[in-house]
Amino acid sequence: MQEALGRCVASWCPGATGVANAARLSGGASQETWSFDIVHPDGVIGAILRRAPQGHGASPRAVGLDIESVLMQRAFDAGVPSPRVLHVLQPGDELGTGFMMARVEGETIPRKILRDAEFAEARPKLARQIGGILAGIHGLDLAQLPKLRAMTAAKEIGELERDYRSFEWPRPVLELALRWLRDHDPGPSEQMTLVHGDFRHGNLIIGPDGVRAVLDWELAHAGDPMEDLGWVCVNSWRFGEIDKPVGGFGTREELFAGYQAAGRRVDPDRVKFWEVMGTLRWGVMCCGMMRHFRIGPEHSIERAMIGRRSSETEIDLLRLLAPRGK
Amino acid sequence: MQDEPTPEELTKAVADFLRNDIAPLLSGHNAFKLRVAINALDLVTRQLRLEEGSDAAEAARLSQLLGQQGSLAELNRALADRIARGEADLQTLGLSEHLWQTTMDKLAVDQPNYGSYKRELGTK
Repeated sequence: MQEALGRCVASWCPGATGVANAARLSGGASQETWSFDIVHPDGVIGAILRRAPQGHGASPRAVGLDIESVLMQRAFDAGVPSPRVLHVLQPGDELGTGFMMARVEGETIPRKILRDAEFAEARPKLARQIGGILAGIHGLDLAQLPKLRAMTAAKEIGELERDYRSFEWPRPVLELALRWLRDHDPGPSEQMTLVHGDFRHGNLIIGPDGVRAVLDWELAHAGDPMEDLGWVCVNSWRFGEIDKPVGGFGTREELFAGYQAAGRRVDPDRVKFWEVMGTLRWGVMCCGMMRHFRIGPEHSIERAMIGRRSSETEIDLLRLLAPRGK
Repeated sequence: MQDEPTPEELTKAVADFLRNDIAPLLSGHNAFKLRVAINALDLVTRQLRLEEGSDAAEAARLSQLLGQQGSLAELNRALADRIARGEADLQTLGLSEHLWQTTMDKLAVDQPNYGSYKRELGTK
């Protein structure tokens, strides 16, 4: 792998003399992430490769790595904290499809970000900062971007219901949530913008100075910008800090203030609607992991155990839709 | 009748062995995978202890709520269908209490350390 990376880097990075420390970081059956260093007389350049090896298709909802690289580059150009895209893989690279980007140092593990002293100063500022970043993403001109799947609340409910029904396992709480969403669908949004689609812990690189990079544009689409604000508030991303709705580190008010300060409008009712949708969505995704465990392609204990996390979203849905008298 | 030790005692013994004797020997990705495996065994141990009681109570509630008899899967299917058709909702007498109790019983097995569950245990 290191040799293939070296050949590829030599083709676009003048002066580079080789590649070192290539290591596979993570990824499932269809995508891989590699970290490596580009050796250069001016100094080492830390880099990341995201690729789909030949013969592996992405999931139908994914935009594809080629479009991800474009979105990441446009976000970078617009001042959204992002890794710089270094190279988009060409057939001659023989590395599959994907792209190389600058490696951004920092932390993505939620429990460290929420508990370690290193991030103590950043934590109180993160919710507001994230509001500003989301405003930046939603401010990108859709007309200037590659064509993206257009989503509405009604379409999203339909897809979640189809996925849920395909599991053929009755879950009265998820039925209740589907019904609630249909009854409370606010209709098409007045504004259609770029939506990141998976803006949460794990996809944000955070340092002691705050958010350094937004990653993983795989689920990007055109839709209601309030979806991103609702998704980042889903309790599953609070990691025990359940009274701080934004990622376990901040309040909705701080998130909204940061968003509005960047010149965009918040619709809190829509955000609440998308939080319910997001909670159900994660529950359905957990059931999907169980299916990957049972019928492939990933028969791992991790997948199996994520399947047993869908009940977490059921209690969160009940807390949202049927709170008990305190 | 099967003899002793019980499945619960066996899964607990295996999980304790892995936790106390094997986990300290591993590092990196294998240590992570072992932790997940131990969590799975702990879950099974909790389910073996709690399932019989919570399933019986759930079936009794469902029969009462729906006015029909059947297996737990059949009853849950029937309730899910009624909710989907709009014939049962949060205004239906006893439905909210039933869903809460059932969900709490699931969390007691799946993730007893989950923040929302611990909060709801305290405010019951």
